[in-house]
Amino acid sequence: MTARLRAQDVTLAYGERVVSTRLSLDVPDGGFTAVVGPNGCGKSTLLRAFVRLLRPDAGTVALDGRSVSSFPAKALARELAFLPQDPLAPEGIKVRQLVSRGRYPHQSLLALWTKEDEQAVSEAMITAEVEDFAERPVAELSGGQRQRVWVAMVLAQRTPYLLLDEPTSFLDITHQYRLLALLSRLRDEGRTVIAVLHDINQACRFADHLVAMKDGRVVAEGAAADIVDAALIKDVFDLPSVITPDPVSGTPMVVPE
Amino acid sequence: MTTTESPKRTAQVRVPVRGRAWWIERRTLGVVVGCAVAMLVLGFVGLSFGSSWSTPGEVLGALTGTQPSVVIVEWRGPRVVAAILFGAALGVAGAIFQNLTRNPMGSPDIIGLDAGAYTGALLVMTVFTGATTTVAFGSVVGGLLTAALVYALSRSGGLSGMRLVVIGIAVNAMVTALNNWLVLRAELEVAMAAVGWNSGSLNGIDWDDLILPFSVIAVLLALASLRAQALHQSALGDAVAVATGVGLERQRLLMVFIGVGCTATVTSVAGPVAFIALAAPQIGRRLARAPGVPLLPAALCGAVLLQLADLIAQMLLAPVSLPVGVVTTAIGGCYLIWLLAQEVRRR
Repeated sequence: MTARLRAQDVTLAYGERVVSTRLSLDVPDGGFTAVVGPNGCGKSTLLRAFVRLLRPDAGTVALDGRSVSSFPAKALARELAFLPQDPLAPEGIKVRQLVSRGRYPHQSLLALWTKEDEQAVSEAMITAEVEDFAERPVAELSGGQRQRVWVAMVLAQRTPYLLLDEPTSFLDITHQYRLLALLSRLRDEGRTVIAVLHDINQACRFADHLVAMKDGRVVAEGAAADIVDAALIKDVFDLPSVITPDPVSGTPMVVPE
Repeated sequence: MTTTESPKRTAQVRVPVRGRAWWIERRTLGVVVGCAVAMLVLGFVGLSFGSSWSTPGEVLGALTGTQPSVVIVEWRGPRVVAAILFGAALGVAGAIFQNLTRNPMGSPDIIGLDAGAYTGALLVMTVFTGATTTVAFGSVVGGLLTAALVYALSRSGGLSGMRLVVIGIAVNAMVTALNNWLVLRAELEVAMAAVGWNSGSLNGIDWDDLILPFSVIAVLLALASLRAQALHQSALGDAVAVATGVGLERQRLLMVFIGVGCTATVTSVAGPVAFIALAAPQIGRRLARAPGVPLLPAALCGAVLLQLADLIAQMLLAPVSLPVGVVTTAIGGCYLIWLLAQEVRRR
């Protein structure tokens, strides 16, 4: 397993409040990594450190051995795309306009559009299935449609890495599964996906690398089949459960007692 | 299937530039053309109006030089140009701050930056008895210090939101009180000069007054247009902005500097002209139906608004010319009440 993107011995804190100390994580190239854990365990914080929304107090976050903080802003944004939990859609923006914003790191000061920009935007809209309402205001869409528009924006960035912070929240179950299937398809096409997921069973089914976190530490990581057992779930979520094979995918399924 | 261009892209016009292209919203184009026409018409009226109306023939003659007229070229000309230039600067300053604060009320005149710039100018005039350049410098420093004060006080609430606006309104009131005190304490002559543009006025502006502000504002607007894309990218929230490659902190500092620079430059020449910065960006946004608060429509609407307000100021009690700030405050005050009512209803 090779990993271009690595966090090594990082200490992450918001001011005085320390979230993680000496946390290390290698993100397997070309994999679908799912980060799971209870609320406030530092999953989102870790993702934010990868895209340097948070500068580690100690340790390094590096891409190809080079600290992410040493990249020029747009150059890093051509490698790593990030979808936060609470992106803001400017008032009155239309779907195509929002998706086009994903091209920002590829453009010069004057925002001249190349053929490649055009292609990336239409392709992203098709992949995320939002091209049918390309000319509609984002504010008029349902929550599920809106989330897909944001995914399209991130796809338009055409980066080798996709980092998503709880992309399935606010989606109904159908759209949750469609989004996760889309992410695994993107993984199959060669992208590296890192997602914070709430639903442990979905994480087990779709991710090929599972990272379980608690209190800012990585408790276990590896293929779901190798690491998920009742003891781990008890440890991480403090939840007594029975583990049984998922009848559809055969991956571990957590059934709370 | 991957077509390079979706056929439904009708709301935009493609402007090819050496194998690349600019996409311009049709409505934005309409607003630009409409405002340009309005500016020309109002400019023409401005050149014609005075204690006695000039005929269009006289105005054209004065402009082309075939029929020289000191009144039209030396008296009315600078006033018309000042209204366009200052209006555009105020419109852009307003759009910048409304984008930064993500609030239609977060404009420099409401959060006290005009008043702060005026304080700086007053201090230079009364304490240091400075020249025009020093006054301009003083007002920029005053504006920046006020911006820093408002930011420091509302820091915990972040840049966006009502907190900053409410604190700004309070700071504005305090700084205005300070300004009144400064004027009261000043020497009679200085005080009279200061009160003359206390409420913002284009009375008696001549070409010499415009050289410095014109160059400063031109540079600032050029900078603003280069950084406009980053400004709009930041409207997607801090996380998306950073993750798509906006150097957020530098960008914000630069934008605050441009916004304060525009406001302070106008203030140093014309005094605090309120409400153009508040209203113009929102009018431009609604007309252009663009996402966020676009800069170009804001600049153009600002220019048209200030021209219009200045004409009203001249005509209302003719032959006495009112300070234009009185008119903008009267119109803008009504708009602010409406805006506040809307904001309250939204909560």
